Amino acid sequence: MTSAPIRSPSGQKPGIFSPELVSNAVRASFAKLSPRAQARNPVMFVVYVGTALTLYLTVANLATGRPWGYELAITLLLLLTVLFANFAEGLAEARGKAQAASLRSAREDVRARRLVGGLEETVPGTALMPGDLVVVEAGEFIPADGEIVEGLASVDESAITGESAPVIREAGTDHSGVTGGTKVLSDRIVVRVTSGAGESFLDRMIALVEGASRQKTPNEIALSILLSGLTLIFLLAVVTLYPFTVYAGAPASPVTLIALLVCLIPTTIGGLLPAIGIAGMDRALQANVIAKSGKAVEVAGDVDVLLLDKTGTITIGNRMATAFSPLPGVPKAELARAALLSSLADPTPEGKSIVALARQQGVDAPEPAGAEFVEFTAQTRMSGVDFAGESIRKGASDRLIRLAEERGGRVPPELRPLVDEVARAGGTPLVVIENDRLLGVVALSDIVKPGIRERFAELRRMGLKTVMITGDNPLTAEAIAKEAGVDGFLAEATPEDKLAMIREEQQGGKLVAMMGDGTNDAPALAQADVGLAMNSGTQAAKEAGNMVDLDSDPTKLLEVVGIGKGLLITRGALTTFSIANDVAKYFAILPALFVTAYPQLAVLNVMGLHSPTSAVLSAVIFNALVIPLLIPLALRGVPYRPMSGAAMLGRNLLVYGLGGIVVPFVAIKLIDLLITPLLG
Amino acid sequence: MNSAEMTPPDLPARPAPLPRLLLSAFLAAVLFTLITGLAYPLLTTTVAGVLFPQQAGGSLITRGGQVVGSAVLGQNFTAPQYLHGRPSMTNKTDGSGPQPYNAENSGASNWGPTNAKLAEAVRERVAAVRRENGLGAGTPVPVDLATASGSGLDPDITLAGALLQVNRIAQARNLTPAQVEGVIRAHFTPRQLSVLGEPRVNVLAVNLALDGAR
Amino acid sequence: MAWLQFLVLLAVMAALVVPVGNWLYSVFASEPHTAPERLTYRLLGMNPQEGMDWKRYGLVLVVSNLFLLLVAYLLLRLQGLLPWNPAGLSAQAPDLAWNTVVSFLTNTNWQAYSGEQSLSYFSQMAVITTFMFTSAATGLAAAAAFMRGLVGRSGTSLGNFWVDVTRIIYRVLLPLSFLLALVFVWQGMPQTLSPYATATTLEGATQRIALGPVASLETIKHLGTNGGGFFSMNAAHPFENPTPLTNALHILSMLLLPAALTYTFGRLLGNLKQGWVIFGGMLVLFLGFLTTVYSFEQAGNPILSRLGADQTITATQAGGNMEGKEVRFGIAQTALFATTTTAATTGSVDSMHDSYTGMGGFVPMTQMMLNNVFGGDGVGFINFVQYLVLGVFIAGLMVGRTPEFLGKKVEAREVKLVMLAVLAHPLSILGFTALAVVLPDALKSLNNPGPHGFSEILYAYTSGTANNGSAFAGLGANTPFYNLTIGLAMLVGRYLTLLPMLAVAGLLAAKRRVPVSSGTLPTDTVLFGGLTVFVILIVGALTFLPALTLGPVADHLQMLKGVVLQ
Repeated sequence: MTSAPIRSPSGQKPGIFSPELVSNAVRASFAKLSPRAQARNPVMFVVYVGTALTLYLTVANLATGRPWGYELAITLLLLLTVLFANFAEGLAEARGKAQAASLRSAREDVRARRLVGGLEETVPGTALMPGDLVVVEAGEFIPADGEIVEGLASVDESAITGESAPVIREAGTDHSGVTGGTKVLSDRIVVRVTSGAGESFLDRMIALVEGASRQKTPNEIALSILLSGLTLIFLLAVVTLYPFTVYAGAPASPVTLIALLVCLIPTTIGGLLPAIGIAGMDRALQANVIAKSGKAVEVAGDVDVLLLDKTGTITIGNRMATAFSPLPGVPKAELARAALLSSLADPTPEGKSIVALARQQGVDAPEPAGAEFVEFTAQTRMSGVDFAGESIRKGASDRLIRLAEERGGRVPPELRPLVDEVARAGGTPLVVIENDRLLGVVALSDIVKPGIRERFAELRRMGLKTVMITGDNPLTAEAIAKEAGVDGFLAEATPEDKLAMIREEQQGGKLVAMMGDGTNDAPALAQADVGLAMNSGTQAAKEAGNMVDLDSDPTKLLEVVGIGKGLLITRGALTTFSIANDVAKYFAILPALFVTAYPQLAVLNVMGLHSPTSAVLSAVIFNALVIPLLIPLALRGVPYRPMSGAAMLGRNLLVYGLGGIVVPFVAIKLIDLLITPLLG
Repeated sequence: MNSAEMTPPDLPARPAPLPRLLLSAFLAAVLFTLITGLAYPLLTTTVAGVLFPQQAGGSLITRGGQVVGSAVLGQNFTAPQYLHGRPSMTNKTDGSGPQPYNAENSGASNWGPTNAKLAEAVRERVAAVRRENGLGAGTPVPVDLATASGSGLDPDITLAGALLQVNRIAQARNLTPAQVEGVIRAHFTPRQLSVLGEPRVNVLAVNLALDGAR
Repeated sequence: MAWLQFLVLLAVMAALVVPVGNWLYSVFASEPHTAPERLTYRLLGMNPQEGMDWKRYGLVLVVSNLFLLLVAYLLLRLQGLLPWNPAGLSAQAPDLAWNTVVSFLTNTNWQAYSGEQSLSYFSQMAVITTFMFTSAATGLAAAAAFMRGLVGRSGTSLGNFWVDVTRIIYRVLLPLSFLLALVFVWQGMPQTLSPYATATTLEGATQRIALGPVASLETIKHLGTNGGGFFSMNAAHPFENPTPLTNALHILSMLLLPAALTYTFGRLLGNLKQGWVIFGGMLVLFLGFLTTVYSFEQAGNPILSRLGADQTITATQAGGNMEGKEVRFGIAQTALFATTTTAATTGSVDSMHDSYTGMGGFVPMTQMMLNNVFGGDGVGFINFVQYLVLGVFIAGLMVGRTPEFLGKKVEAREVKLVMLAVLAHPLSILGFTALAVVLPDALKSLNNPGPHGFSEILYAYTSGTANNGSAFAGLGANTPFYNLTIGLAMLVGRYLTLLPMLAVAGLLAAKRRVPVSSGTLPTDTVLFGGLTVFVILIVGALTFLPALTLGPVADHLQMLKGVVLQ
C-alpha cells in the first residue's frame, strides 16, 4: 500500500485538493467522457451532446472558411463544463477510494493456524473458508472476520478504529466478534471464521465505499427526475427559440442557442449531484461509520426518534461512588475506611471511584499486609477483602443482608430506607459489611455526561425525539432520564421491548434510529430505519444493521443524523442555487441573442455587458467555473446547524436562493470585464 | 375537526362495470343538458321576463311605435347636429365591408400598438374631429374619440369628448352652446355606486334629448 | 380612484372567501344527499356510495366528458334542424364544431366563431350553457378529489365523481347563476328568445340588434370561469356587460370559487393557515400583475399621443390606451377585468387584449402561462399545488429532511407526475407556437406585423393550453390548422395536467402520514408562501421568458421608440 497513508487511522483528514487525489480525479474526468458514463446523468448528457454539436459546427465552419473562433471557444467551454462535473465526481470517488485503501492497508496478509480435527495446521489467511476454526494467540493478527467460540482476549483494533486502547472480546458474549487484521494482545482464542477471503464484511463495505456498486438513493433518483424534467423544459424553451427568431427575421446562431441551453439547465447541481452522494458516505466514513448504502445515510437525515443506550451515550460508561451513608451508630469515617479497604485492590472503575471518594473525604489507609482481595463474580455478587481476621464485603443489598444473617449479624431496620433512597435518586446502593456488622451504604451514581442535556434540547428543537434505553429499574431510569432531559425512556429494556417500541413508533409514521451490538439486538437493528451496529458487536448485529460504527461509540448516532441532514441540505442548497442562477444568465444571453432582430432589446442588457459575444462567453464561463468552485461545498457539505425547520429554511433560502440570484450578476459582469480585452 | 365528517362515501368499492358506466355517462350528458341547458335558461327567461320585461327584451327604445335603438347600445352618428360616438370597427353582417355600430356583428380593430394601420386610423380620426369641430391643428383630441371601442357598440363617450362637440351641435341646431351643454350634463352618468367604472355620457340618450328638445 | 376601486373590489372578494369556502366545504364533505340528488343518482343508475380511487375517478371523469363531447358535437352539427334558431343559422363546419366542443368541454371557451353569427339560441343554451356548468363542475369535482387525496384521511378513495358533480351543479352553480342572472337582467342584459330586433336609428339607418338568452349564460360563464361570450366581442359588448356594476360582478364571480377553494382546503385539512398561505401567494401574484397591466395601459401609447390623441387623466376623461376598450369601464376596471380573467383563466374579455400595449398584453399572457393565480374553477388550485410540491421538493431538502408535503413523503413517482404536468404547459404552448410561426399559411391569419403578430400566435396557444379562451383576437383562428392545433392544446392543457395531479393526490393519499415536528418543513408560513411564489416565477415564468421577450417585451420597447410597422 501507499507509504504515506492518505487517511491515517487517527482520523487526520486530507485536504480536498491534495495532489494525489486531484491527479486521480483528473484522470477520472477524462475516463468518464465515454457516452455510457455520461448517459447516467441526464443533465450532463445534454451538455455532452451540446458539446458534440458545437464541435461539429466549429469544424464545419473551419471547413467552409467561415469564422470559427467563437464556436471553438464555446465548444471548449462546454467541454470544460463536462470535465469539471466529471472531476467533481472523480474527486469524491478518489477520496472514498483513498479512505477505503487506508482501511484495507490495515489488513496485512497473515498466516492462519487452522484447527482441523483438533490439530493445528498453518495456512495462508486467504485460504480460510467460512466455518473454519482458527487459533490466535497474543501477538498474532486475527486472519479473518469471525466469532470467538472459545476464550477471551484483549484485542488491539486501532488499525480499524484508530482507538489505541485495547478492547476485550470474549466467547459467548455480545462482544464475541473479531475483525480480520486486528491484533490479539493477550490470551488465546479460537475463532470461527465467518467470511471467506476478500468477501469479509469489511471487504464488502469497502467495495461499497469505493463506489463500485454505488446505486442512486431514492431521494437522488427523485431529484434526478426533477432535474431531468427541468432540463426538458429548458430544452423545449431553447429549441423553439430557433423558429421564433426565424419569425423575427434574424435566426439565432445555433451555437449561442446551445450555450443558452447549457446555461439554463441545472448543470451546477446536475454536475455535483453524484459527488454530493459519494461525499455523504465519505463523511460518514470519516466519522468511522461505514454505511452499507447511500440510502442509509439519507434516511439518517429523516430520523424522528433516536433510541439511545443510557450507558456510554447519556451517562459516562461507569457508575461512580458519590456518597457514604452510614447506619445509625456508625461513624461516617468508619464506613469510608471499610469501603476504601475493600476497594484498594479492586480494578473496576466503581472500585477506583470508591477509593477516590474516600480519599477526597480525608479517609485514607494503606493496603493491609496479607490482604486477600475477593473478586466480584456473577455468583457471589459481591467483592471485598480479607486480612488479619477481618472480612469486609461490599455488594448488592439483598445479598449482603443474607450474608449478615449467615454471619449471625443483626440487620438494622434503618438499612432498607437508606438503600431505597439511593435507588430512588437513580443510584446503585452498595451495602458494606465488616465481619457481621453492617456499616452502611455507598451510593454509586450514574454521571450524566456534561453538555448532554443541551444536546438533547438541541435535538428537540430539530424535531427529534430521544428515548433512553436502559436495563435499570423504572425508578432509576426515570431519575436519570429527568436529569439528562431525554423525552422518554425504556426501563428494564429487553431486546423484545426495543423491537416493540420501534414498531410502535413506526406505526405512527416515524423513522427510528438505534444503536446495538448484541446478537439479540439484531431484530431491532433490522427493524430500525437506521440501525447502527457497533463493530465490536456480534456478526449478526452487524449484518442486521445498515451501518457499522468502527469506533463502537454509542454517541455516534447523533453524528450520523447530522451527516444525513447535511447531505440533504447540500443537495437542496445547490439545487436552489443552480435554479436561481438562471435569472442572471437570461439577462446576459437573451439581449445578446435578440438584439439583431430587435435593437430595442438592448435595454435588457442590465449588466452592461460589452458585446453579445462577450455576454454569451461570460455566462458560459461562469456556468463552467461555478462547478469546481462549489466542489468543496459539495464534498464537505453545507454545515448543518441544529435549528428548527422554519429557521433553517429561512437561512438557507437567503444564502442559496437570494445568493443564487445575486452572485451570477456580479460574477458574469466581472468575467465580462476580464475577457473583453482578450476579445479585442 | 371531525375527520369522519369529511370522509367521502367509502362503502364496498364495487365499481360499476364499464357498460354500466358508459350508460351512466350518456344519461348524465342528456340529463345535465336538459337541466342546465334548457330548464335553467328557460326558467330564467320566464322569471326575468316578468320582473324586468324592458331589460330582458334588450332595453329597446321606441319612438312613435318604432324601435329607434337600444338604450345600452351605441349607434352610428355622423350628422353635425348629433353628438358623435366613438369610432366603431364593426363590419357588415356578411363581412363584406365596414359598417359601424352593426349590432348584429360586434367587432374591434384588434390592432396592436405599433400597427401602422392603427396609427393611420388615429391620424385620420384626430384630423376628422378637429375638422368637424373647428379645432386648431395642435389641439389634443380626447382618446376615446380617436380610438375604436372593444365592442364596436360602445354607447358612451367621455365628458371631454362630448363637450368638445358642443359648439358644432349648437351651430347645427341653432341652439346656444350652453343649451347643448345643459342637455349633455343632464345625461352625464357618474361612477356607479360612486366608485365603479368611469363617468360618461350616453350618446343616444343625449341625441334623443336633443331631438326631443327641438 | 383606480386604486380605491381595486381596494373595494378585492376587499369584497376576500370577504367572500370564508362564507363561500365554508359552503363548498359542506358540499365536498359527506352529508346526506338531498332529494333531487338521490333522484339524479337513480336516473343515472349509479351508486352514490361507491368510493373511487384516483384511477377510477379519473376514468369516470374522462368518460363523462367524452359523452358530453359527443352529445354536444351532434347538437352543433344538427343546429339547422333544431328549434330556437330565429336567425336561421346553419351548422358549424366539422373542424369548427370540433374546436367549439373541445373548447367548451375543457373550460377553455376559445371561440373561433362569432356567437351572434354562428350559434342559434338553442345551441347557446343546450350546448354552450350546459358545458359551462359541466366543465366548471368537472374542475371543481377534480379539486374536491384532489384535496381529499392530499388530506389523505380516507384511504385510497378520493370520493365519487357523480356525487361531486351533481352536488356542485345543484347546490352551488345553479342557484348562484339563477339569482345573479336576475341582477344582470335588471342592469340591462337581455334574456329573451325573441328574434333579433330591427331599429331605425335617429339618422334613419337600419340597425339589426342581435338578442338572446344572454344573462343566463353570462352568470355561469363567469362563475364557472368559462369565458365564452354570447356575442363575438364578449364582455365588451354592452349586452353582455351593460354597466360598471355588471363588470364588477363579473370580476367577483370569476374569483369567487377559485379563491374560496383555498379556504375550503384549509378546512378539509384542519389547518386554515395553510389555506390562507395559498390564498396569500395567489393574491400577491395577482396584485403584481394587476399593477403592471394597469400602469402600462394607463400610461398609454406614445405613438397615439404624437398623433394628437390625448391619453392623460383629466377631470373630464379617464385617459389611457383606449383602443379596444369601453368608456364605461375605463382603464382601471378594464385592467382589473383583464387581470382577473387571465388569473382565473376564464377568458372572457371586456376589452380587446390584442390592442393592449406590449407590457399590458404581457400580463394576461404570463398569467395564463402560470395558470395558477387563483386559476380556473378547481384546476387553478390544483396547478398551484403543483408548484407547492415543486417548492417543497427543491427547497424542502434545505431543512435536512427528504421532502414532505402535508405530512406525506414526496418521492420519485410523485415528482415524475408533477414534472409531467409542469412540462405539458411549455410543450403545448411553445411547441405549437414554433410550428405555427414557420408555416406560411398559419402566418396569413395574422392581424398585426412584427413582435405583436408573434404575440397573437403565442397568445392563442397559451390561451388554449391554459384553458383560458381569451385571445389576441385579431388572429384569424378559424382555419383548419388553428382549429385542430388549438383544440389539441386545450386537451393537453386540461387533461395532461389534471390527470397526473389527480394521480399525485391518489399516491399521496395511500401513503403513511409522517408526524409533523419542529424539524419538518412548515408549508403554512409566509416564508413558504413566498418561496412558492419564487418557484412559480422561476420555473413557471422563466421558461417562457425568451418567447415573451420576442413578443410583448419587444413590442413594448418598439412602441416606446415610436416604431410603426406596416
